[in-house]
Amino acid sequence: MRFGVVRFPGSCDERDALLAADRVGEADFLWHADPDLHGVDAVIVPGGFSYGDYLRVGAIARFAPVMASVLAFARDGGPVLGICNGFQVLCEAGLLPGALLPNTSLRFVCRQVEVEVVNPDTAFTRACARGDRLSIPVKHTTGRFYSPGPLDERQVVLRYAPGQNPNGSQDDIAGVSNAAGNVLGLMPHPEHAVDPLTGSADGLKLFESVAIEPAVPA
Amino acid sequence: MKALVLIRPKAGILDPQGQAVERALPALGFEGVRDVRVGRLVELEVDEPDRLPEMCETLLTNPLIEDYEIR
Repeated sequence: MRFGVVRFPGSCDERDALLAADRVGEADFLWHADPDLHGVDAVIVPGGFSYGDYLRVGAIARFAPVMASVLAFARDGGPVLGICNGFQVLCEAGLLPGALLPNTSLRFVCRQVEVEVVNPDTAFTRACARGDRLSIPVKHTTGRFYSPGPLDERQVVLRYAPGQNPNGSQDDIAGVSNAAGNVLGLMPHPEHAVDPLTGSADGLKLFESVAIEPAVPA
Repeated sequence: MKALVLIRPKAGILDPQGQAVERALPALGFEGVRDVRVGRLVELEVDEPDRLPEMCETLLTNPLIEDYEIR
C-alpha cells in the first residue's frame, strides 16, 4: 500500500501523516502544484493552514493542480482521507457533504477527545467495530461541522463521545464520508495518535483500515 | 468597474462572532443592539462584471453557508 500525502504551502501536519502512513505501508509526499499522483494507492490531505486559509478555510487549496487529480482519483473509488484542514478542503471541493464553521466558543481547542466509530464500513474504519472508542487529539478553530440538510446516516462515520463535542458540531459529528465510503474527512488528528508514547495509538486504526483488503461480500 | 461583494453567514446559521459583538456592545454602554451578524467584504476591480455571480459561487463564497450581495 503506497500512500501519497499532499503538501500545500501552509500544510503543517503532513510529516506526521507521512510517518503514520509509513507504519502500515510506504508513503511519499505529493506536491500541490504537481497534478501527477505518481500511482499511489491512497491519498491523505493533511492538516494545517493551506494557502494561509485565506478567504475561507480550504477555499483556495481546493483549486490546487493536485486536487483535480485527487477528485478524479476519489471518483474512481480511490481512498482519500482528509484530516482537519484536509477535511475542510474536501468539503470545499464538494467531495464531502457540508462545511466547517468557526467553533461556537470562537476559541482554538487543543485536547484529547474520544470519538465513537458509528460506521465501520468505510475504507478508513474497516479495522474498527461499530461503537469502538478511539482516543485522538483535536486542534482547530474552525471545526464545527454543519450540513444544511440531514445526512445519510451511513455518511456519519465518527461522532464525538457524549459530552466531548469540542466545537459545536451538528449532532456531535466528528467525521463524515462520501456516499461510496471511500472518502473520509475528520477534524480529529489520527496521525498524532499512532504511538503510546504520545498517549494513544488509536489513530493507527484508520491507517490500518485502508491497508487491509476489504472484506469480499459473500 | 469597481465592485463590492458583501458576504454574510446564511440566515439560521449560528454566528458566534456576531454573538460576541452583540454581548460586547452593551458592556460598553451601547444598548438596544440586536441580531448582530459578522460577514466579509471583498472589493474588486473587474473588467467583466457580468461574471461576478460566477466568481462568487466558484470561489468568493461557499453557497452552503454564505449569502452574497454584489454592489
